[in-house]
Amino acid sequence: MLTAAFWFFATLMVAFGLSVVLLRNPVSCAMCLVMSFISLAALFITLDATFIGIIQVLVYAGAVMVLFLFIIMLLDLRTEESRRLNFGATIGGTLVVAAFLSILLRVISSDHAFSQPLPALADPGASDVRLVGMELFHNYALPFEVVGVLLLVATVGVIVLSRKSLR
Amino acid sequence: MPTLANYLIASGLLFAIGLGGVMLRRSIIVIFMGLEMMLNAANLSLVAFSRYGLVNGHQNYDAQVLVFFIITVAAAEVAVGLAIIVSLYRARQTTHVEDLDTLKF
Amino acid sequence: MITVAWITLTAPLVAAALILLVTRTNKPLAAGLAILSSLISAVGGWAIFLSKTTGEFTAFNWVDLGDFTIPVGLALDPLSRTMLVIVTSISPLVFIFSLGYMKKEEGYWRYFAGLALFLFSMLGIVLANNLVMMYIFWELVGVSSYILIGHYFQKDSAADAAKQAFLVNRIGDFGFMLGILLLWLATGSTTFSLVNAPNDSGPLHSIHLLLPVAVILFFCGTVGKSAQFPLHVWLPNSMEGPTPVSSLLHAATMVAAGVFLLARIFPLVEASPVAADIIAWIGAITALGAGILAIGQDDIKRILAYSTISQLGYMVTGAGLAFSAALPMFHLFTHAFFKCLLFLSAGSVIIGMHHEQDIWKMGGLKNKMPLTFLAYMAGMLALSGCPGLSGYFSKDLIMSYAWESHRAIFWVVVVAAGLTPFYMARQALVVFFGTPRSDHAKHAQESPAVMVVPLLILAIPAVIAGWPLFQHIFFPPDFGSLEEPHVPFFVPYIFLSAFVLGIALAVAIYRNPLNDPLRIPILQHRFYIDAVYDWAVANIQGGFARLCSFLDRWFINGVLVQGTATVVWTLGFALRFLQLGNLQAYALFFGAGVVGLIYLLLR
Repeated sequence: MLTAAFWFFATLMVAFGLSVVLLRNPVSCAMCLVMSFISLAALFITLDATFIGIIQVLVYAGAVMVLFLFIIMLLDLRTEESRRLNFGATIGGTLVVAAFLSILLRVISSDHAFSQPLPALADPGASDVRLVGMELFHNYALPFEVVGVLLLVATVGVIVLSRKSLR
Repeated sequence: MPTLANYLIASGLLFAIGLGGVMLRRSIIVIFMGLEMMLNAANLSLVAFSRYGLVNGHQNYDAQVLVFFIITVAAAEVAVGLAIIVSLYRARQTTHVEDLDTLKF
Repeated sequence: MITVAWITLTAPLVAAALILLVTRTNKPLAAGLAILSSLISAVGGWAIFLSKTTGEFTAFNWVDLGDFTIPVGLALDPLSRTMLVIVTSISPLVFIFSLGYMKKEEGYWRYFAGLALFLFSMLGIVLANNLVMMYIFWELVGVSSYILIGHYFQKDSAADAAKQAFLVNRIGDFGFMLGILLLWLATGSTTFSLVNAPNDSGPLHSIHLLLPVAVILFFCGTVGKSAQFPLHVWLPNSMEGPTPVSSLLHAATMVAAGVFLLARIFPLVEASPVAADIIAWIGAITALGAGILAIGQDDIKRILAYSTISQLGYMVTGAGLAFSAALPMFHLFTHAFFKCLLFLSAGSVIIGMHHEQDIWKMGGLKNKMPLTFLAYMAGMLALSGCPGLSGYFSKDLIMSYAWESHRAIFWVVVVAAGLTPFYMARQALVVFFGTPRSDHAKHAQESPAVMVVPLLILAIPAVIAGWPLFQHIFFPPDFGSLEEPHVPFFVPYIFLSAFVLGIALAVAIYRNPLNDPLRIPILQHRFYIDAVYDWAVANIQGGFARLCSFLDRWFINGVLVQGTATVVWTLGFALRFLQLGNLQAYALFFGAGVVGLIYLLLR
């Protein structure tokens, strides 16, 4: 059951990810990305990280992608015109990606610890939200507050940056 | 049963796709989306390690707290980044990355 | 007593500084400060001599690198005490004489400041307790000599002479410095007490092979400073300076510093017979050569200059015979007095003749300037080796030792000893005897008392300084032995006959002539040594200078400096092409770099 869920959602995620990169229309890209994020959230849930999965849907798929779509609408972007490919950059980019993938595969196949099946949880019914919350507010209270300040700063920054005239 | 390797390869693929997007697409918005994909790939990998690296049957929730923070910071970053893109569009009337080359020597 | 020594050393320096800063226009004050400082030094010098203070007194370490230190301090031993007496006794007399000589000259304050600086530097050489300090003062003495020779700097010949003196000295000093470095390398120190340590226990063993080399290098300093052949060319030209300068620096004290150096490092000279032989031969050659050249000179001061070179050759020969440090120093002692006297009386004659210096324009001065004549005769007889006067004792001692060890050197110095009375009698006959040959000579007058009194005072030691009584006072046994060697009975008669023969020959040739019957071209051109130097400097040094200029312009400037700049510029130019301004290109480089790093880390 878990295997099927994993393969389904993983394939979905990668497929939608590919379409983000390959499609021309920015709105289509954004929608594919939304789908990709939702598949990712599903993957999170298969990993028993329910809190993270819900947060992913709420924040990423719900807020960030909506913001993306707003901006695309604001800038009134049409289908991207196709210009001549810069061969050097294309080859270089492909090579870098390929290199990265090969390194990754080599690292993963080098250690047997990576091939173990899903270990059993000691307390499978525990509330994930509660446990993450405990961890967060017991040990990471200060970073939590700092992130709050960060969000405030980001908000102020956005307002300043989007003024019509930079005064 | 999916192994850790499966999740890591999935995360790696997503990251590679995002990297390819950053390097090969010419529209700023799509590049930004590739950036977000890379961040999410990292998140997936973190959560996978959190689930598979049990100590006495208990997860190490540090990774999930980190994911929480990454999501938050990424959200802030997207907001600011898009605001910058908007000002850039207002100044240059283009989102095509090859048109932004005034720093050329 | 050591404070007294420091006061003796620094009083002239203070005077020089004050004269320089304060007394530009106040002539009597400048002279007064200088004379006062020289008197203070004289009192201090005699006090130290009489108290027989001995030892090395280091004031502080100028360079302190743990193993290697260069102290600044004074060394008092019989050698420095006697030399101190010589320098500080002659200086006040010369300073006072200058009052009269320089009365109508300009640049008064410059002159006295230079003299005070010279006195300070000379005392520094005498009192220094290590080679480096001595070297510093050695150079300072050269500087004062430059200042004083070039006193009449508006005259081209004077300016050139000053330059020549300094440069030729520097050639010798280069060898001196190399010797200091060699000795430091071998013994690890430059203080005299460590350098002169006795043979069997000291570090001299370690430089056994290099010892003659080191001694010869030190001797280079002597060749320069004491005007030995081949670096003697500056001394006759230094006569362009005022006569008191010639008497103090270039007769009595500065040129004697070279001999003083040999006496200081005498244990090293003694330990290397090869080097000592070379030193003795160069001294003998100089003595003879300068004596020959003195015969052909027409300027009253140049005759005395060549005579000085010749006598310095005697002293150097005495040092090279390596019997004791006292042997050359004894001749230095007597020579200082009578040569200074001779120069000062020449100065008196020059003033009386209104600055005319050609002896063929003088004549019959013994009636017009009787006191000067008296002083001059005392000096002349002492120099020539007249029995009973000071020069007889010191010169003949050297020649007797030469008979004992180096027969060939003996005959060379005997011939030179015969030439000395000849040219001195020539000078005496032409200047003082006979009839006046020009108007100046006819109307000459005796010099004022301020000049004559120092002359007469100096005449006393010129006569008596060689007597055995004074030998024992100034050269006590711990200085070195001055015993008469055992020579066959006829040797003293050789000396006597040389003296008589020389004077007789001079009287025969130069009895009232109108101009010089002997005119020998090779002597006129001073053995053509000057022409050789000119050629050497123009071609060898000039050629080397051209080579260096070529290297500097093309290699150092072109390749190294410009080349480095060009390489950097090219590199920058090449790297500029990476600034594409294209965001994705930057992302590409970034990504490639990161992937590469990961690969390297995980390999």
